Amino acid sequence: MECQVALTGKGYVLVAADTVAARSIVKMKHDEDKIKVLGSHLLMSYSGEPGDTVQFAEYIERNLRLHQIRYLQPLRPSPAAAWIRRQLADSLRSRSPYSVNLLVGGYDIATSEPHLYWVDYLGTLAHVPYAAQGYGSYFVLSLLDRYHNPEATLEEGIETLKRCIAEMEKRLIVGLGKFKVKIVDKDGAREIEL
Amino acid sequence: MARRYDSRTTIFSPEGRLYQIEYAREAISHAGTVLGILAKDGVVLAAEKKVTGKLLDLSSAKEGGYGGSGEKIFLLNSNVIAGVAGITADANSLVNYARTAAQRHLFSYNEDIPVEQLAQRLCDLKQGYTQYGGLRPFGVSLLYAGYDVHYNFQLYHSDPSGNYSGWKATCIGANNGTAQSLLKQEYKDDITVEEAIGLAVRVMGKTMDSTTLGSEKLEFAVLTLDKTTKQPHAKIYKPAEIDALLSKHGLAKKEEDAEMRAV
Repeated sequence: MECQVALTGKGYVLVAADTVAARSIVKMKHDEDKIKVLGSHLLMSYSGEPGDTVQFAEYIERNLRLHQIRYLQPLRPSPAAAWIRRQLADSLRSRSPYSVNLLVGGYDIATSEPHLYWVDYLGTLAHVPYAAQGYGSYFVLSLLDRYHNPEATLEEGIETLKRCIAEMEKRLIVGLGKFKVKIVDKDGAREIEL
Repeated sequence: MARRYDSRTTIFSPEGRLYQIEYAREAISHAGTVLGILAKDGVVLAAEKKVTGKLLDLSSAKEGGYGGSGEKIFLLNSNVIAGVAGITADANSLVNYARTAAQRHLFSYNEDIPVEQLAQRLCDLKQGYTQYGGLRPFGVSLLYAGYDVHYNFQLYHSDPSGNYSGWKATCIGANNGTAQSLLKQEYKDDITVEEAIGLAVRVMGKTMDSTTLGSEKLEFAVLTLDKTTKQPHAKIYKPAEIDALLSKHGLAKKEEDAEMRAV
């Protein structure tokens, strides 16, 4: 029942993820942070097999940090997403593949552009204007088809995101509870309240 | 006494020197000159060829290939060209390593390797041969001319010890001192590629051992941004283009002496 949504606007990417840690039919936790800040201008939300998700996200986080220390500059969103995809693709062909789906959002300081990438456990990588994963995507994608505007201001983007979350609240048989939202723009990555 | 420390690359002499590294540097200072000039909209490399002669088969350099005769200037990746000075056989091995490293980066990150990272990779390799036993260091200095989105156009130099540094204009090989002082005098911070090409040709004309300047003695390359695609475009000149360039700057064989007096 996990769900994550992300959309780009004029100079920013918004990433939202539910905060429920569930096991079978039981909610174990309702303030789980499923969006990792991977660098000054990079965000990654993750869902999938519990355990795999955190392990993989931390592996990515530490390796990107190592890259930044070694080369004195963080990877830009595009090469970072390509590298993350490679890790999942290699993992898929190993004895114990990770089953993790990701949304990678970043702001490219060199070109001053926001970028969003859709990555799944099969090693698919797609550069997209907006994305959703999980059951919520059945409702949210059609809403975003209608309302997404790549030139939208932050206020308009947040409005669209609120609309998506409200729809999931309304139509999904199980409520996903509160969503955590993070933004990345020219000023960096940070959490915001809706 | 010195021989005890000469024969091993990895052993310091009592004065704290690594003789083999110094000998490698010495070998390079006899090699054909290579100079690089960083301009605001491109980078220029020029190199003096040493292996020449009437009987040398240059047909492969004239047509086919990507330009150059394969002696001094090489395309390492679509965004980096390199000029080499030193032992050509060692240089070929390093060029091969650099190309592989660049392709591996493309495979992992789906982007052209940043220029400094490529220079670093080669220097890691070179440094290894100053430390691990029984081997000779690479007798090669390289000039890397490249472009990436982080620092735009860049020019790096690396030496046999594994040190590297960034430059606005520099020169390696024979007569590098003369060329560097000429560059120091004439370099301006907002130099354009066209001006840099002219400067490179002039400096080469003054520093080369031979009295005649011609395509059989020169290699030349320019890295710029393609106007439409905004992607780096490396142009390694073919012999006919070098001759055309020299006559454009009035340095073709016959008027050379008159031009030298004028400059």
